[in-house]
Amino acid sequence: MNFSEVFKLSSLLCKFSPDGRYLASCVQYRLIVRDVNNLQILQLYTCLDQIQYIEWSSDSLFILCAMYKRGIVQVWSLEQPDWHCKIDEGSAGLVASCWSPDGRHILNTTEFYLRITVWSLCTKSVSYIKYPKACQHGIAFTKDGRYMALAERRDCKDFISLFVCSDWQLLRHFDTETQDLSGIEWAPNGCVLAVWDTCLEYKILLYSLDGRLLSTYSAYEWSLGIKSVAWSPSSQFLAIGSYDEKVRILNHVTWKKITEFEHPATIANPKIIVYKEMEKSPRVETESLAFPPARAQASALFSTQSKYDISQVPVSLQYIKPVADRANPRIGIGMLAFSPDNCFLATKNDNIPNAIWIWDVQKLKLFVVLEQLYAVQLFQWDPRQPRLAICTGNSKVYLWSPAGCVSVQVPMEGDFQVLSLCWHSSGDSMALLTKDNFCMCYLEREEVK
Amino acid sequence: MGDWKTITVPALSSASKIPYQNTSEKKMSPSSLNMQQVLRSPLPLSKSMHSFFSAFCTEENVEQSISYLNRELTTLGFPSLYSECKDKELNVVSVLNCMNELLVLQRKNLRAQEEVEIQHLKLGSDMDHLQNCYAKVKEQLETSRREIVGLQERDRQQQCKNRNLHQLLKNEKDEVQKLQNIIASRATQYNHDMKRKEREYNKLKERLHQLVMNKKDKKIAMDVLNYVGRVDGKRGAWRTGKTEARNEEEMYKVLLGGYEQRQKQLLVENAELKKVLQQMKKEMISLLPPQKQKPKERAEDGIGPVLSDMEEDAVELNKENMWELSCETVREQLTNSIRKQWRMLKNHVEKLDNQVSRAHSGALNGSDVISREDHELETEKLELEIQQCKEMIKTQQQLLQQQLMSPCDDDTSMLLQDCYLLEERERLQEEWKLFREQKKNFERERRSFTEAAIRLGLERKAFEEDRGAWLKQQFLSMTSDHKNSEHVKTQSAYSGSSDPDNQLMNFRSRQKKPHCLPSVPPSEELCQTIQHIPHNSNSSVVLNKTTEDSKPKQWKGLNKAETE
Repeated sequence: MNFSEVFKLSSLLCKFSPDGRYLASCVQYRLIVRDVNNLQILQLYTCLDQIQYIEWSSDSLFILCAMYKRGIVQVWSLEQPDWHCKIDEGSAGLVASCWSPDGRHILNTTEFYLRITVWSLCTKSVSYIKYPKACQHGIAFTKDGRYMALAERRDCKDFISLFVCSDWQLLRHFDTETQDLSGIEWAPNGCVLAVWDTCLEYKILLYSLDGRLLSTYSAYEWSLGIKSVAWSPSSQFLAIGSYDEKVRILNHVTWKKITEFEHPATIANPKIIVYKEMEKSPRVETESLAFPPARAQASALFSTQSKYDISQVPVSLQYIKPVADRANPRIGIGMLAFSPDNCFLATKNDNIPNAIWIWDVQKLKLFVVLEQLYAVQLFQWDPRQPRLAICTGNSKVYLWSPAGCVSVQVPMEGDFQVLSLCWHSSGDSMALLTKDNFCMCYLEREEVK
Repeated sequence: MGDWKTITVPALSSASKIPYQNTSEKKMSPSSLNMQQVLRSPLPLSKSMHSFFSAFCTEENVEQSISYLNRELTTLGFPSLYSECKDKELNVVSVLNCMNELLVLQRKNLRAQEEVEIQHLKLGSDMDHLQNCYAKVKEQLETSRREIVGLQERDRQQQCKNRNLHQLLKNEKDEVQKLQNIIASRATQYNHDMKRKEREYNKLKERLHQLVMNKKDKKIAMDVLNYVGRVDGKRGAWRTGKTEARNEEEMYKVLLGGYEQRQKQLLVENAELKKVLQQMKKEMISLLPPQKQKPKERAEDGIGPVLSDMEEDAVELNKENMWELSCETVREQLTNSIRKQWRMLKNHVEKLDNQVSRAHSGALNGSDVISREDHELETEKLELEIQQCKEMIKTQQQLLQQQLMSPCDDDTSMLLQDCYLLEERERLQEEWKLFREQKKNFERERRSFTEAAIRLGLERKAFEEDRGAWLKQQFLSMTSDHKNSEHVKTQSAYSGSSDPDNQLMNFRSRQKKPHCLPSVPPSEELCQTIQHIPHNSNSSVVLNKTTEDSKPKQWKGLNKAETE
């Protein structure tokens, strides 16, 4: 495993282009585009203000940089460095911006979700979509980029509008039986749309592309409901993580629950492998433990190493009792993701923040539990193979594959707290992001096997 | 008196036999009186006998005494002391007879007394025992009563508790209901408020929209150097009805594509399942060739032959184009035939089970006859079998483990197999246990048999001894004088009628008897007995009336008295 040198970064804005050739990163108001292979700077664009969001167009030719504070989106072309485009939303303000799948339209959501403006880079035409719903996952494109589903709210009722992305024509418009819709997600095959209700109610609805309601599923009542939803890449399974610390898996034929994955704090089944990260300081471990404030120094002086031990079951995981009288309690399944080959499902229970559960989807059983020393910040599957990269906000990156797991110290000067990471589409490298730096991490192919 | 001694008692006894019996026959007085007499008699017997005797008769009043005695005796039913022919002449023979009679009576009385005393003692001890028992039982009753009270109290408390709990449960239920109502009302309130707020918010939004959007905000604009071409290189088409229709078409195409793909998957899956079913069916058929005929013949359900016909048809069909045909009929036939096969298999297995159980029960029933050798042989055989089975299971497990170790795809089937093996093993273990129990039973029975045999042998030995003794006795008595033989005869009569339980005891008593009965009590004692006859005259009746059962004990008592 090799590491590149460290580059500056702000706001964790670092993205690989979809074709995998470029890497865009932001430092304050500058956008830097590098070649992935040698990390040479190819282009350097200067925006009008601090960049808050960047996104590559699907054909990797354009990058949009959003400056929400000023209500401006600036678009840069990789092929024509002197081509420029600036979209000003004026007094309407801007809260979100994204590319349409064709890479020629930009969808801007104005403040207070008054409307969505669709700007075209090809023609002067501007379209408006009124009444968008103010929610996190309100816009969803099918994987093939043909259709867009949009959550709307009119007269205190939720609606879904399906648009054809090629000409922004409204294809279907239907109301959903939700109290307060909070998210929509297309199945990867683009035929089924999952719509889930607010966390106050456990309710998920499945709609066909032509607007028919296929099924409704509700696991329980009177308690906080769905927290996260993920489709399996094959569209066979729909995993629903909820506040009751369980993941329920629905099948794509009957849309009934196949199984239920619980996330208890103690693991007693001897068939489950529990990897526990152990710190092993080279010499003066007591001192390094005794002075946590001097962690930066300590790590610079004698980098603490860690390794995974296989714990003997039963194992009790570190459990945080959530504050019950606060909104959005830290409990339940907040993150879940299927591996690209459909074989594994990784989940994280928010009140056991140090652990990652990896489930075998073929056997529908728990397979591995990883217990980290620090709270898991993010995990992401390798896009090519069942390999999971994890960061926990320290100077290490962790990799799991069915063969085992490793903890890798990032060999950087000073404190390098990896807060986020993103895989290159080839699965050969990934970018490790800290608060104001990033570096590339290259994985040798031999190591994988 | 000195002259009397010389007269031998045996002769006397033989002579007096008849009169004595006569008297006993005559004197059938109420038993209560006799009992009293018997009870009273022992007291003066042992005490100042001599003084009393001497005071009764002196030189002067011999005549009076004799007459008095005569009178007394006659009143008691004895023959007169005087000879009948000549007046006032003392008949020595009758006197002696009377005395002997009296002595016998005395002895009998003594025996009876002893008996009664023993009985009394026994009764006393019985009484004590019973009293103890009574006390104990009373105590028990008391304790159980107390216990009952305690239990009742506990029951009451439990009921009370239960009632309380019920109450609590009801309260909780009410509470839950109330809370649910509250939640529901809150929810409705919340929703209502939300709606109101949202309406306000919408109004504001609308207003804002008007304000922001409609006044031709110069700033809202896109500043672009030049428009870029579309990805596909074409120009954007105009929106018309046609495009709409085309979009619809496209959408349906996508949907159709998805469904087609799914159908294909399902077809593949179906075909595989069918293949599995077919294979299963074939295997079943090959597994059950003899059983297949039986259900047909049995025809307890009339559809049997019809089904099989159908099945044959299905088989023919299957051969031709099973896989191409996925229509209802084929499916039905296949499922039907499979079901039938399965039923047959089940029947077969059940029958086998029954056979096994019957064999088992048969073994149990026939256990009485099975010799020990056979038994042991069987156990050994079974043990060997179990050992083999265990080994087999072990190897199978190992194999399974190995298979599991290597990446396997069909986990569930493995699990099932595992399950079956376990089941089998359990069944074997159960059988083994049953077998062990059986073995134990056999052992116990065997032991009891040997014990019984030993006891029988002992008894037989005793009996043999008994008989030998008796024969010897018989022989002896035959050779010896008459008086002896008579006594022995009475004795043998006893032994003839008595229970086998008392045989031993009889045997013992008879062993002692020969030297105790013929021996004549010393003269002094004889005198004493004579003197007592008047008191105990009725006791002979009592003795005759005593039950047969107690006779051995009487003998014993007599012996004891004599040894004393």
